[in-house]
Amino acid sequence: MNVAVVAFPGTNCEMDVVEAVRSLGAEAQVVFHDGDHLDGVDAVVIAGGFAHGDYLRPGAIARFSPIMPAVGDFAAEGGPVVGICNGFQVLTEAGLLPGALQKNAGLKFRCETSELRVETTDSALTGEAEVGQVLRIPINHFEGNYTCSPETLAELRAEDRIVLRYVDNPNGSVDDIAGICNAGRNVVGLMPHPERAGHELLGSTDGRVLISSLLSAAGARSAVSA
Amino acid sequence: MIFDVTVEVSLRPGIADPQGATIERALPALGFDGVSGVSVGKSIRFRVDAADHATASALVDDLCHRFLSNPVIEDSTATISAVDAASGAAAVSGAV
Repeated sequence: MNVAVVAFPGTNCEMDVVEAVRSLGAEAQVVFHDGDHLDGVDAVVIAGGFAHGDYLRPGAIARFSPIMPAVGDFAAEGGPVVGICNGFQVLTEAGLLPGALQKNAGLKFRCETSELRVETTDSALTGEAEVGQVLRIPINHFEGNYTCSPETLAELRAEDRIVLRYVDNPNGSVDDIAGICNAGRNVVGLMPHPERAGHELLGSTDGRVLISSLLSAAGARSAVSA
Repeated sequence: MIFDVTVEVSLRPGIADPQGATIERALPALGFDGVSGVSVGKSIRFRVDAADHATASALVDDLCHRFLSNPVIEDSTATISAVDAASGAAAVSGAV
């Protein structure tokens, strides 16, 4: 089991993700933005931070990185891809997920533990969780206010693609959305940081079920293709 | 031909503009009354080398939609002016 953790200049959560994956017994390594291939990879995580300084818009420059076509190909083949925080912003800018993340309502940078409700277990990130389960996971963002057209929102609801909702909406996101997936359910984006909730010393271990779900999704796919 | 380009990026109607709202809220305390409808956007300026105005306009349009703005939340307007080679001043103007 091998997880590629994509990092751009300005990404700062890549080692947290590597550590979270390794703590669950799988292998992970950082893949930099200027590579153009992903070989022998079972899952991809686009880590959080401030890719290219968030200049222009969060994710706007990162989406043109040499590594992104490889991420797009991997996703198109059904490979599990998760974008966390800034990684979620990169996935929306790249068109791998619909909608956009606008500035938080109230102009506050939100850095706190949030409660998330699992809305579906049919995604690459929630296979081992339970619908209705509430997870305590940190958020850390200024532009996490999810928005999309009414048509897209209707589609997300109808297709059960809202993966996680905030119990107490911290940023103004439409329909309390904290995370969504694509139609294939293998690409997931979320603003909260499950990699920061992986040990008792961090105040919560609730992120482990999400990372573990990702590893299972990756393992199931590898077993089929092997 | 060289063209001077100015792209204005603004938030689409209905998209939260907390920066504009915060500036507007601060105005009365600073003694500025009667100011409303504050919004904050971006202005991006650059030069384009293209055969003619139409070619420059098509390139700028593509650039605006694919990179300089996110059409889900932002609108963009571009002003394109040919630079007079002799004086370096903008001679013809147009918008896309």
